[in-house]
Amino acid sequence: MATAEQAPTGPEETPVEPAALQRHFDETIARDQRIEPRDWMPEGYRRTLVRQIAQHAHSEVIGMQPEGDWITRAPSLRRKAILFAKVQDEAGHGLYLYSAAETLGVDRADLTERLVDGRQKYSSIFNYPTPTYADVGTIGWFVDGAAICNQVPLCRSSYGPYARAMVRICKEESFHQRQGYELLLTMMRGTGDQRRMVQESVDRWWWPSLMMFGPPDDDSPNSERSMAWKIKRHSNDELRQRFVDMTVPQAERLGVTLPDPELRWNEERGRYDFGTPDFSELQRVIGGEGPCNEERVARRRKAHQDGAWVREAAAAHAAKQTSDRAARQEAAA
Amino acid sequence: MSGAGQANGVPDVPVDARGWPMYEIFVRAKRGLNHVHVGSLHAADDRMALTHARDLYTRRNEGVSVWAVRSESIVASTPDEKDPFFEPSGDKVYRHPTFYDIPDDVPHI
Amino acid sequence: MNDERISLALGEEGPDDARWAFGTGFEDPLHGVATAVPAGVDSARLAACCAALADDALVTAQRLAEWCTDAPELEEELALANIGLDLLGQARLLYSRAGQVDGTGRDEDAFAYFRGAADFRNVRLAELPRGDFAFDMVRLLVLSAWRLALFERLACAADPVLAAVAAKGVKELAYHRQFAAEWVVRLGDGTEESRERTARALVEVLPWTAELAHDGASAPFGADGGEVWEALSDVLRRTADAAGLSLPAPAKAPAGTGRSGEHTEHLAPLVGELQSVAREHPEARW
Repeated sequence: MATAEQAPTGPEETPVEPAALQRHFDETIARDQRIEPRDWMPEGYRRTLVRQIAQHAHSEVIGMQPEGDWITRAPSLRRKAILFAKVQDEAGHGLYLYSAAETLGVDRADLTERLVDGRQKYSSIFNYPTPTYADVGTIGWFVDGAAICNQVPLCRSSYGPYARAMVRICKEESFHQRQGYELLLTMMRGTGDQRRMVQESVDRWWWPSLMMFGPPDDDSPNSERSMAWKIKRHSNDELRQRFVDMTVPQAERLGVTLPDPELRWNEERGRYDFGTPDFSELQRVIGGEGPCNEERVARRRKAHQDGAWVREAAAAHAAKQTSDRAARQEAAA
Repeated sequence: MSGAGQANGVPDVPVDARGWPMYEIFVRAKRGLNHVHVGSLHAADDRMALTHARDLYTRRNEGVSVWAVRSESIVASTPDEKDPFFEPSGDKVYRHPTFYDIPDDVPHI
Repeated sequence: MNDERISLALGEEGPDDARWAFGTGFEDPLHGVATAVPAGVDSARLAACCAALADDALVTAQRLAEWCTDAPELEEELALANIGLDLLGQARLLYSRAGQVDGTGRDEDAFAYFRGAADFRNVRLAELPRGDFAFDMVRLLVLSAWRLALFERLACAADPVLAAVAAKGVKELAYHRQFAAEWVVRLGDGTEESRERTARALVEVLPWTAELAHDGASAPFGADGGEVWEALSDVLRRTADAAGLSLPAPAKAPAGTGRSGEHTEHLAPLVGELQSVAREHPEARW
């Protein structure tokens, strides 16, 4: 598939010494400038980006499911409109990200195939269920809050299209996080049942949210290279710490307890100490044993398959229009 | 794909099984500004590209005008052409306003 | 950009920020509109009209929301959600107006969440279960063409709030109609399978258009039933022509109309789902 912003198609276009290309690339990175789609880039850089951006895009699309189910049941029309708009944004984020991936010479249809075949992953957080409406708030507050911690630095990622997609996404994520926190605030001012619902939801989501930052640094094999390439800007543990530091005061203000007995302010570090998530659970969920893995992928696969006849029909109609136009032009000539 | 196209006497154009073609989207954020590239999307036809662009890139009221261009129609310079395309003005510093030293007390310039 | 501040305000991108002018230009569509019911306007009828039009919009939005995560392509997720959100917006304004003028002071949620299905006055076409994409595009074409014809006339209604809501809605509905018509043409013309599905959708949808011909709720406010019907028929004829489909002679729908509270068996489950959380926690704040 042709894209305007695409990686160079072959070495015949760039008869420059590979070493010179590599040097030019390294210098661009070192100067903190962006790599753009038609620039030469090492194959490993390209592959790492495709994998990361695709996973990110898949996460947005699969992430529509746990909340999307609540749109028809949202308890007020205002909440319904907010949630509908939020889930819609997630579809938009998926689109921005697939577009960024496509500038690297892959196409979306292919990436979708890899997702529904289970060959590519998405964030394991979306394999947890959403049994109550408070989960809509908690996802906004924790999951979108964690996403913001991860993504704000990515606005400076070395790959231009990815960085630009992240700017757009981050702006919208801040709406997402706020709507979640505001929902929880409102519920905390409601009935005792509602307050219990919020606490119960916070208890369920806290640890999985901390795991969104990935395994600890000493067990994260790809991190170092991604940081050298400035695809990634901060380590997993650093981002996790930032998330905790940001969230604890918000939890206090909300009046909920974060379920970690080791959580306390460390005067010396000027940061919060906190317990270690159960990373074996993360491995299990990534490995496909999360509560909802199968359901999420099956649903995406079914929607993709059910829509095939619609996509084909639109393409067939467009093809007929094109050949009709050509025939008319020929007749007129 | 069905053979419907042939039945109408139209040659059967193979539908791209890889999905709809890609379009690049340009939005004029407000009057007085250029259209700026904001991203891309997929659509089966031009009409659909505009509709999708409206839904995807202007749903928060950002924009007064949208262009959609088939990505394959864009002609682009390649990186190794950079020199002839972009270097010549490099030594023409007089093209840039900062070349001209203006006394501080000259207003509005 | 300074990412050391993981702030929620990501407003400082620099001078070229104009291209990302997010979230500007939103207006309250009723800003400056007088809310007193003008002399000569029957408040009970006005409330009934607003509530019925709101019910159409809410029930349609509910069916559109069921497409969420199931749309045939990611771009269509965005489009269907936009249409659903427009309709939801119309419903909220209209319910508020209904509660304002019927003397009860009920808010939008009282109408949406604390009436029984039997109190809904939406047309029955809106409540039919979600079908395939062809069915829902044909249904959306009918409902949006009809509603657009109504709103174009209601924009001149004697009640200033109803008129303002209708005037705002005209722009939205013109887009919905366009979107649906384009899809009906693509599907009607596309492949053998899509043509069959679209032809079947017309057979399924058209019988339910009979009750659109006589909308007693909006007629007193300037939406002449004959004119509206003519406008709707014209859109259907032209779209079917462009799609290369013929409009089948519609079968007869079961007796009754949604406007008089006679619904299909499909409405009650829809309303039940809509209201499930709100009713489980009647004292709650959201």
